[in-house]
Amino acid sequence: MSRIEKTFAQLREKEEGALIIYIPVGYPNLDISESLIRAIAESGADIIELGVPYADPLADGPTIQEACLQAVNNGTNLDICLETVSKLRASGIDTPIVFMGYCNSFLAYGLERLAAQAVEAGVDGFIIPDLPSTMAQPWVQKFEPHGLDLIFFLAPTTSEERAAAVVKQGSGFLYCISVAGVTGVRQSLPNELPGFIHQIRQQSTLPLAVGFGISNAQHVKEVSSYADGAIVGSALIQVIKQASSETVEQDVRAFVHQLKSATRRVAVERV
Amino acid sequence: MNGFFGQFGGAFVAETLIRNLEELEHEYERVKDDVNFRNEVAAILKHFVGRPTPLTPLHRIPSKLGGAKLYLKREDLTHTGAHKINNALAQALLAKKIGKQRIVAETGAGQHGVAVATVCSLLGIECVVYMGAVDAARQAPNVQRMKLLGADLRLVHAGQQTLKDAIGEAIRDWITNVHDTHYLLGSAVGPHPFPKIVADFQSIIGQEAREQIFEAEGRLPDYVVACVGGGSNAIGIFNGFLDDPEVKLIGVQAAGEGIESNKHAAPLVKGSLGIVQGSFTYMLQDAYGQILETHSIAPGLDYPGVGPQHSFLKDSGRVEYTSINDREALKAFEYLCRTEGILPALESSHAVAYALKLAPTLSEEMIVLVNLSGRGDKDMNQAIEGLERLAQLELEGVTV
Repeated sequence: MSRIEKTFAQLREKEEGALIIYIPVGYPNLDISESLIRAIAESGADIIELGVPYADPLADGPTIQEACLQAVNNGTNLDICLETVSKLRASGIDTPIVFMGYCNSFLAYGLERLAAQAVEAGVDGFIIPDLPSTMAQPWVQKFEPHGLDLIFFLAPTTSEERAAAVVKQGSGFLYCISVAGVTGVRQSLPNELPGFIHQIRQQSTLPLAVGFGISNAQHVKEVSSYADGAIVGSALIQVIKQASSETVEQDVRAFVHQLKSATRRVAVERV
Repeated sequence: MNGFFGQFGGAFVAETLIRNLEELEHEYERVKDDVNFRNEVAAILKHFVGRPTPLTPLHRIPSKLGGAKLYLKREDLTHTGAHKINNALAQALLAKKIGKQRIVAETGAGQHGVAVATVCSLLGIECVVYMGAVDAARQAPNVQRMKLLGADLRLVHAGQQTLKDAIGEAIRDWITNVHDTHYLLGSAVGPHPFPKIVADFQSIIGQEAREQIFEAEGRLPDYVVACVGGGSNAIGIFNGFLDDPEVKLIGVQAAGEGIESNKHAAPLVKGSLGIVQGSFTYMLQDAYGQILETHSIAPGLDYPGVGPQHSFLKDSGRVEYTSINDREALKAFEYLCRTEGILPALESSHAVAYALKLAPTLSEEMIVLVNLSGRGDKDMNQAIEGLERLAQLELEGVTV
């Protein structure tokens, strides 16, 4: 059983949703990046989505664009991302880690070489927002033999027919995009979201995680009432951006802890 | 696989966009051979755009330089002043058929933006144009034209603030407004089906040019030369001659400050394979796949990728891709003005510059056909500044 599968199984028993936290490697700088990621794991994140920073992230809104550009300008590259995972694993972090990045970062590195090194470092899977399942066959062929999960997206615009094909190709979990748009903090979750998740549930037994616009503990609580995981990215980056260098780690711990305590599965009245 | 030219192309985009791309492909396949649609496009191209554009034989340049006969395909004489309107018009009509009420577009030189703003005004569609702030500063007349035509012009301050960044923002807008919006991509780049659709809508250039050269000379040209940024004007004219192996096709990219300087925009000459803005193609990237900055005096060529069909045509050997630097383009710009009374766009000046080098090496019976993709009114300030800089360097005895 993969680390990701095991995590979802354990959470199911505890009647909890997974808290999935996104942070780009090298953000806000390379000196504290690794200790921030460790702090996220220790504060209750169930899965960590480590951003491999790309300077032209077409599926991301301004917050993550800016963070990724900063990380690239800090000198962060895929080798450093792999090293960071090795160090985290060596220091005893056992939380599942997936790389989230754009096709060209991975392609330029070489898929074969990347798959081998990712497994060696302790990466569990990949989330690639510009790799739709219809383009993914060559990637699946390279990643699957190494036991790496390739996590695919479903959007509110995905047709039922297409969703049926996507869920067959995915492994680990399915990334359900809450709303047509790019990543970024939003005030409220769309009304159609529970129905969208319910519909995918009919088509797949994979865990369903919801991302894009999940911005606070209330959102996490709501999503956890009908999905298996909530993904938070931009909101955490804003916390980091606003923190002083003395308090940043403490602020991150507090924010992640607060989000995690909202993942207990309870029925939520929509207001 | 569908949407590929050999190994090139594809649709490497966010899942959210897939439905729109599939819908676009489906509708395009449905209407492209529909008589009513074709007639509607043809009528507007004739009565509004001013097609067919002339094929102009040059007289003074060949008599001065010697060598081959030169012909210009005059896309600069279309309404709005560049080939961009061929695609903008047909795609906007297609978007209307799909039921989209809002169009977003990117623009580099501003020619595509002006064309889109124009057809949106003509057809009564809401229009948003994204333009890099750097490009807007160097193409001020087109900025004013777009605003006058009623477009909501949005300046992009991200990245290098040029064409790539404008495309990025247009794509993000499209992802967010996927239900009511059509993204009217202006070059033969991006995810499938855009490279195919744009090439088809631009093929009228090659169709006309083929007929016109037969009428003028009774035979095919020996060379067809076009500039290549994203590559839409080039694919448009090449499409008229792809199946004639005796016609040599030359794509001219921007060598910027010099092809060896790393300050250029010539992925087909100096690039490597990768995925850029939805398509697997030649591109300019570093060892980790980050897109490199590009440099060209011509904003319409200032792009780190290229249409996937050009990558295919390069590898198959059907088209030869070469480059012309800023200085050569400026000199060709000036020379064509002085010698033939034609003011070319800085983009098209790259193709002209190559033809001016090529023609004198050929015999007098040979024919070189150049696609003059646009007019240079938009470039006046930049070109004059550039030419003054060159003159100054020459005065100082620097070899230019």
